Amino acid sequence: MTAAAEQIGNWLELFTGHAARHEGAEPWLEKLRENAFARFAEQGFPTTRDEEWRFTNVAPIARTGFRHWHADRLIVTPFAVEELSEEECERHLGRYAAIEQNAFAALNAAFLCTTTAIKVPRGVFTEPIEITYEAGADVTGDPNETAPVAMHPRTLIVVAPGAQCTIVETYKGAGKYFANAVTEIVAGDGAVIDHYKVQLESREAFHVATMQVAVGRSASFTTHNFSLGGALVRNDIGVTLAEGSDATVNGLYLVNGTEHVDNHTVIDHAKPHGTSHELYKGILDGHSIAVFNGRILVRKDAQKTDSKQTNKNLVLSDDAVIDTKPELQIFADDVRCTHGATIGQLDAESLFYMQSRGIGKAQARSLLTQAFAQDIVDRIKVPELRVRLEEVLSERLHEHANY
Amino acid sequence: MALLEIRDLHAKVGEREILKGIDLTVAAGEVHAIMGPNGSGKSTLAQVLSGRELYQVTGGQVTYDGKDLLALPPEDRAREGVFLAFQYPVEIPGVSNMYFLKAALNTIRKHRNLPELDAMDFLGLIRQRMTAMNMDETLLNRPVNAGFSGGEKKRNEIFQMAVLEPRLAILDETDSGLDIDALKLVAAGVNAMRSAERAMIVVTHYQRLLSEIVPDYVHVLADGRIVKSGGKELALELEEGGYAVLGIQEEAEAVGQR
Repeated sequence: MTAAAEQIGNWLELFTGHAARHEGAEPWLEKLRENAFARFAEQGFPTTRDEEWRFTNVAPIARTGFRHWHADRLIVTPFAVEELSEEECERHLGRYAAIEQNAFAALNAAFLCTTTAIKVPRGVFTEPIEITYEAGADVTGDPNETAPVAMHPRTLIVVAPGAQCTIVETYKGAGKYFANAVTEIVAGDGAVIDHYKVQLESREAFHVATMQVAVGRSASFTTHNFSLGGALVRNDIGVTLAEGSDATVNGLYLVNGTEHVDNHTVIDHAKPHGTSHELYKGILDGHSIAVFNGRILVRKDAQKTDSKQTNKNLVLSDDAVIDTKPELQIFADDVRCTHGATIGQLDAESLFYMQSRGIGKAQARSLLTQAFAQDIVDRIKVPELRVRLEEVLSERLHEHANY
Repeated sequence: MALLEIRDLHAKVGEREILKGIDLTVAAGEVHAIMGPNGSGKSTLAQVLSGRELYQVTGGQVTYDGKDLLALPPEDRAREGVFLAFQYPVEIPGVSNMYFLKAALNTIRKHRNLPELDAMDFLGLIRQRMTAMNMDETLLNRPVNAGFSGGEKKRNEIFQMAVLEPRLAILDETDSGLDIDALKLVAAGVNAMRSAERAMIVVTHYQRLLSEIVPDYVHVLADGRIVKSGGKELALELEEGGYAVLGIQEEAEAVGQR
């Protein structure tokens, strides 16, 4: 048996057990799972020979024998936010996050069980919808089980036309585990969504996440993606814009030690008069590796598109590596698209200025590094979240300074 | 004993020697002006004294308050009471002026075995010093020097000096880029800080600052050496006759000193 076949064999065993436990589920769901597993088995895990995975080797995930488990989930929503009905789930689930080219999304769908499926009715909701997935240290239930767990958190949020809401997704945990998340968001026409993903996984964790967002006509979708932990992290974020809609896709990644984070974003301008702004900032230290790949697709129809993409990296050590790649695919002729990427170090003059005022070198470095991140943090519109992230960042950057 | 003693100081940047043997003694309570044409080494001297790593000291000694100043990293010099008012204050986006100054003041206070100031006491001190420098309080919440006008930046330097209360203040071309009103304001801020315990080194190209901050001694620097020292009247002499009266050629083009 080849290594790849063996890997799939492990997952097949898990899948069979999972399917047996969920026997008697709705036929559509069973079909979706089975079809998804078949797609996964066909593709297998990607390798660095796949262009989309050139800089991220998922072999550590592929060769680990996981146990299946579900993440502890905590949901806090404003009162009027409801669960989606069975029919609505059937209509939306898996419709946006394609599984044909994405083995991880396929795997997630194959192991669907507890799905966070909610709908936001028309109205303005100032209280955020908070969804937290946690890999607890005591997930085993059986102290003899030592194999790490694999979880497949699934989120589907359907936002009604004209609704305004804030969504905060948080992923965290302790120890070694694999979180394989998929989030689908549907923004109705004219909806305004402010989305945050806070990824605080443990330093040994694997985190692979796909988020696919369908933005309706004249709707506005903003997302901030904070990648603050994990041995191996991959985010695939896809946003499809309709006519006159607007997307802001921002992110901040902080890597140290031997951590690896890969952010792939695709903004698909499918219709005319769309605007998109993208700003990803990264701070790298130690022997860490970061990858940024930002694709902007402007289809033939999408005239008058206005798009801007920026990726800025602050590299604090000699051994960290950043691969950054903008990818503009423009098929319309009346558009404005700009992109830029920078890789830099801490400014020596700023360091000296701070030192000349009595501030120690380590503190000066950490202040300047925090200042680099501040510009993303300042954009967080949920005050509690901003304070929480400032604390986490300041803690992490202090570690960097004393590394 | 003198607060600062510089003996035969040599320094270079890259392969270029800029200071070629500086001797200078500054006692507490004195104000010394260092004048000289562009490229003479004035700013280099200021930066070497505050510990800029860009410059490599190749010879000589600097004793400050009985300590070997050159052996101290920049932050320790500041904590010991050395302050450099920058010719080009650095913009630091993302760090608020308030936070920056509080961090600086409390590190220095800690070093002097003084209790750290809490937010209220700090604000009280800051407000008082800001009023003296005619500075807008909104500057406190803005990032350090970011988006400040040239005049605001220079005023901010003197304001920082007033908050940190150094024992040796080095003012590097604090007059450059200031109009006459701003110059008077900055000079008044500096004069208010003159005291028997504090020494100042005022680096300038022009005499006009020295009409406002009247020095006790004037030294003329040319090609990395002090070529003439005298009282405040020396500055006036230079104002009338230019550096040529001392037989010094002004460089046709300003040499970047940043």
